[in-house]
Amino acid sequence: MVPASYYLALSAALFVIGILGVLLRRNALVMFMSLELMFNAGNLAFVTFARMFGQLEGQIFVFFVMTVAAAEVAIGLALMVEIFRSKHSINMDEINTLKG
Amino acid sequence: MPGSPIVFFILAIVAIGTALGMLISRNAVYSALLLALNFAAVAMLYLTLGAPFIALSQVTVYAGSIMVLFLFVIMLLGAERLQPAEVLRWQPYVAIPLVVILAADFAYNLFRENTEMLKVAVPSADYGTPAAIGNMLFTRFMLPFEVTAVILLVAVVGAVVLAKPDRPARPRSMERSDNPTPSKPVS
Repeated sequence: MVPASYYLALSAALFVIGILGVLLRRNALVMFMSLELMFNAGNLAFVTFARMFGQLEGQIFVFFVMTVAAAEVAIGLALMVEIFRSKHSINMDEINTLKG
Repeated sequence: MPGSPIVFFILAIVAIGTALGMLISRNAVYSALLLALNFAAVAMLYLTLGAPFIALSQVTVYAGSIMVLFLFVIMLLGAERLQPAEVLRWQPYVAIPLVVILAADFAYNLFRENTEMLKVAVPSADYGTPAAIGNMLFTRFMLPFEVTAVILLVAVVGAVVLAKPDRPARPRSMERSDNPTPSKPVS
């Protein structure tokens, strides 16, 4: 049996890669994907802890996180389409005004 | 053998490799496809952790619908590639040390309690089955479940309102032909 700390280390590595993506990439869509990667890393930690303690609540929480992430992606991509329509770019460095 | 170290290491290598590929790839379509593969690998890790319901939800929700949405938007906008227009040049030099500090913090906290982490409880026979999850979801977590339904409704309405083209409130039905076609960016 693989110890739980391996899973947690993998989760931490995925989270760090997600943070690097948000901080280093300028394409708003790739930043958004990195955000999803971080959600995923958090979910992996939740499932690991649920298994560690033999409780199902962690898995239930992952279910809720997935639902909220789906809602967030729908809203975020709609926002991105709208931003692209007014700015003709999704480079984050060029989106620097509040009023289109 | 779902719990064998070989399976874990293969899946972990695939997950980390696809995540790094997503980070490095210049083309956003490749990033999206690599991320879908990453979600699939993590779903298989959920299976090894005894969470089949979560694993299949992961495949359908993340790898299925969310990544399809991403690919649609990428191709709709024609924004696979960006021109290298770096405005904030100093940002990587701040970001990388901060990320290294974060990773060191994670590593420290993981290995400090390593003896505690090794103990994994052996779950009961019906641990993580869809029946057990559904039973808990519809009894103890009934209110949060209903609240997520409202959240999804709000998200649907919000996405429709946001993506609606800003025309005048009462468009005359005769003048539909003069819609400006969205210009494609020069990539």
